[in-house]
Amino acid sequence: MKKYKALNIYLVLVFIILYAPIFYLIYYSFNSGGTMHGYGHFTLKWYKEVVQDTRLITIVLNTLVIALLSSAISTMLGVVGALAIRTVRRAPVKNTLLTLNNVLIVSPDVIIGASFLILYTIIGIKLGFTSVLLSHIAFSVPIVVLMVLPKLQEMSPTLIDAARDLGARRWDVLSKVILPFIKPGIFAGFFMALTYSLDDFAVTFFVTGNGFSTLSVEIYSLARQGISLTINALSALLFLFTVILVVGYYFIVQYYRKPRRQGAGE
Amino acid sequence: MQTRYKNIYLIPYVLWIVLFVIAPILLIIYYSFFNIEGHLTFDNYIQFFTPVYLKMAASSFWYAFLIMAISLIIAYPTALLLTRTKHKQLWLLLIILPTWINLLLKAYAFLGIFGTYGPANTFLQFIGIGTKQLLFTDFSFLFVSVYIFIPFMILPIFNALEELNPSLIDASRDLGGSPWTTFRRVIFPLTLDGVKSGCQAVFIPALSLFMITRLIAGNRVITLGTAIEEHFLVTQDWGMGATIAVFLIIAMAIIMILTGKRRRG
Repeated sequence: MKKYKALNIYLVLVFIILYAPIFYLIYYSFNSGGTMHGYGHFTLKWYKEVVQDTRLITIVLNTLVIALLSSAISTMLGVVGALAIRTVRRAPVKNTLLTLNNVLIVSPDVIIGASFLILYTIIGIKLGFTSVLLSHIAFSVPIVVLMVLPKLQEMSPTLIDAARDLGARRWDVLSKVILPFIKPGIFAGFFMALTYSLDDFAVTFFVTGNGFSTLSVEIYSLARQGISLTINALSALLFLFTVILVVGYYFIVQYYRKPRRQGAGE
Repeated sequence: MQTRYKNIYLIPYVLWIVLFVIAPILLIIYYSFFNIEGHLTFDNYIQFFTPVYLKMAASSFWYAFLIMAISLIIAYPTALLLTRTKHKQLWLLLIILPTWINLLLKAYAFLGIFGTYGPANTFLQFIGIGTKQLLFTDFSFLFVSVYIFIPFMILPIFNALEELNPSLIDASRDLGGSPWTTFRRVIFPLTLDGVKSGCQAVFIPALSLFMITRLIAGNRVITLGTAIEEHFLVTQDWGMGATIAVFLIIAMAIIMILTGKRRRG
């Protein structure tokens, strides 16, 4: 089976190329030399610089606050949106809503950024925290809708009828029947919104104005000035954070998958 | 009996659609009719059809096409091989993981890798070619863009391959189809939907990239995205920027229609 070996080499090569730049960054974050070539000796001074840089810490906190707030709000809006789309009976209306929902997903970031910039200028929202938060909420909503909708469609309508027949009010149906059922979709949507927000650069770059900055925008302006190993140290920390987030997400999904199956069997 | 009660969920959701989907598009179109002094005019459109802008649009499409084609050529075999590995889901997760690393950090890594003293040049020297200027060239732009987009191409193709009924491949083999014929006549046509959504996921963002062109390609490569960013944030000529954006939206719509799934036909 020599052929298979050759094929596996291809796959390994793809993985190496995919990960090499990331580990390259991390490797040089411990370099005392100050450049990304020619290794001096092992040092943690770049990490120290990151931790001591209060401006950078503020930016990291800004980024986290924006990410958590925007994904929480967009999750709520997205769930409401998914419920709205489900409740609509007429097919053309439903399809129109779905198409409009997907516009922001397929639009290039530059267009979203530029059009939001115009929007905020016209409405008179000052560029900064509010404009960035609003933008992040806006572009995360459709993702949440797409994550929640399949779960809603999976749910049998008889479940709701049963709850109604047993005398549940609308709010009870929502909080005790629908929401628990679509919980996995809600969590998936929340995490997607979180990663979208943490990862976004282009939209934020357009609407951020002067005083306010998120991590992506900061990395961009640092990188435009050339190589600085502080960015490497920062990227190593972010990589670690991402891995933790992914592993966490993986376990949450696993956790919710099991009880649901048991529940269905009861 | 039809239960007709008011759909209160619609109110906030439609509000969101109106404010953040419909209004921004209308505003872009509205602004494209104003010049930098704020006068109502068609000048921006006339200017767009001058050679300068047409050339830029053409080269932007050409680069996006190249990025898409190279990604597809590398991604398809990767996805095919992935479906044959033992721990598929784990490998898939490993393919997706780099997409969660900030795009700018990945681009930044290549500043070092392609630098004059970077590992890429060390390698070139080692095999006897000698040091080359790699940064700020078309090559580095294409390489980094493909690097960034490749997981987005692998993912939909992988999903399409997973949905493929394996007995179809067995049937083709039993009927005497060579592996190549099986691929060409069975596997590829049946995964075309995945290829299309992969191309969509790569081509549209590739048209509008501006951070990579700025960081990696110097100002050698100017895409539609770079031009929009320049007009909005540097020269403050929002009208012209909006005009380019209108064309980008039209291009996007055409691509969506061309690559759209025809399942509901």
